[in-house]
Amino acid sequence: MSEELFIQGNEACAKGAIAAGCRFFAGYPITPSTEIAETLARELPKVGGSFVQMEDEIASMGAIIGASWGGTKSMTATSGPGLSLMQENIGYAFITETPLVIADVQRGSPSTAQPTMGAQGDMMQARWGSHGDYEPIALAPASVEEFFYFTIKAFNLAEQYRVPVFLMADETMGHMREKMVIDEDKIDIVPRKRPELTDDYLPFKHVEDGTTPMPAFGDGFKVHITGLTHDERGYPDTNNPETHSKLVTRLCNKILNNRNEISSVFTQFCDDADTVVISYGSPIRAVIEAVLKVRKEGRKVGYIKVDTPWPFPNEQVLELTEGAKNVIVVEMNLGQMYYEVDRLLKQQNNVHLLGKIGGMLPTPDEIISKIKEVEDK
Amino acid sequence: MRKEIRICGFGGQGIILAGIILGKAASLFDENEAVQTQSYGPEARGGASKCEVVIDNKLIEYPKVLSPDILVAMSNEALLKYIGDLKDNGTLIVDPGTTDINEVRDFIDEHNIDVYEAPATMTAINDIGLKIVANIVMVGAITKITKVISKEAAMKAIEASVPKGTEEKNIKAFEAGYALAE
Repeated sequence: MSEELFIQGNEACAKGAIAAGCRFFAGYPITPSTEIAETLARELPKVGGSFVQMEDEIASMGAIIGASWGGTKSMTATSGPGLSLMQENIGYAFITETPLVIADVQRGSPSTAQPTMGAQGDMMQARWGSHGDYEPIALAPASVEEFFYFTIKAFNLAEQYRVPVFLMADETMGHMREKMVIDEDKIDIVPRKRPELTDDYLPFKHVEDGTTPMPAFGDGFKVHITGLTHDERGYPDTNNPETHSKLVTRLCNKILNNRNEISSVFTQFCDDADTVVISYGSPIRAVIEAVLKVRKEGRKVGYIKVDTPWPFPNEQVLELTEGAKNVIVVEMNLGQMYYEVDRLLKQQNNVHLLGKIGGMLPTPDEIISKIKEVEDK
Repeated sequence: MRKEIRICGFGGQGIILAGIILGKAASLFDENEAVQTQSYGPEARGGASKCEVVIDNKLIEYPKVLSPDILVAMSNEALLKYIGDLKDNGTLIVDPGTTDINEVRDFIDEHNIDVYEAPATMTAINDIGLKIVANIVMVGAITKITKVISKEAAMKAIEASVPKGTEEKNIKAFEAGYALAE
């Protein structure tokens, strides 16, 4: 069965959450993400779920961590200022290995800057916003339909790896309406892995693939959850260097060892490309338009659409840019993912930045000018 | 056939709903593609409101309007602000009740703009008895003048977009707007 809709990105995100099995939302409304909360406030009760408007974003993160440990797939939605407030509890979710989804519909920043204007200024905050070593997963949708399916994917990855997953959208993505098709056959749900109730069950066991099945409160397990360094039972063990090192290394490796399974790109024309343009989220749509135009003029230009900024698709990007002289990163900030690309590629390509702030999407002409500038200099 | 349409006016006039209806009509009922985007100030009512729709018969990559083929202005402030972006030989539709076309006469002549005056607000008040349906009257005028969407698709999109129970009044408003341009 399939359904055709003409809806906003934010509404598609909410629909994706419900399709993924999300039954709890806690949040504090903030432009340009509010329609996610608005839609879920209306729709969650209809499917037996709960919606809570909290007093702030700190409490919102706390509430969804609790709900997730209650056995319910949970999410919140916010924008930059809210994401800043959530950081302490995001770190808590990483060390307690709590699956949840955080949708960040980015706006002009820093601080409260531009509520109704688009930006991609939170990309490094998603990566490094909370203190300490951890490896996040972040997805960047570039169409309304993708916002729906990426939300489902975010819940799936959260459950599979027991981690918070970020959906890094932007104002254009959140507010844009276009046709999307919900195809039931394309929806694949990863249910939460539940442990068997045995005497030797350990909720933070260092299993080989890094992710232990997680019980819910009330299942009958003896579980202790803490932000302190803990042993496999979950009990604090803060002065033992080995316990800490083992725990945090496993938390990072369960993502890093699966980088290739988690990360994904979409690409065109990179085989013969002299120049490869890399982008993610809404700006990639300007990039595609620009690349199609310059190819008609005979320029060998390809593009990579990064669907998972974190973990960054190292191998795919290295391979696809191998023969290119120039790489241009297009993003709506003054350089964030650019540094990740530069770090990865500076041995084999010249890496350039087209960073645009102010709230407007880069235009195809701006990208074409940049391509000509780097190719013709 | 990429067509770029910008509708602008005050917050509260239903500018964004008018754009949603165009997008829905084109993409769900006319077998075209459409993307609708919007920009607005922090005010709920009275601030500037701008809604953009791109309609094409193939997949739309770039979602924003770069240089509109069609500009619809429902406030004078918006008319003055956006007239300069309109393409040469483009189409300008204004509500004479809320705009003064004489202020942009030079631009119209220089760029060979097709101008249509559709008194949407007065028609909404006089024919329907409801000022708030001026946006739907304007959708009627846009449909007739520009043909970017079909009449059938427009009516289906209106029925699918307006609050339940108000369909009849809105369809009447649409018909009144469509007749204005005849």
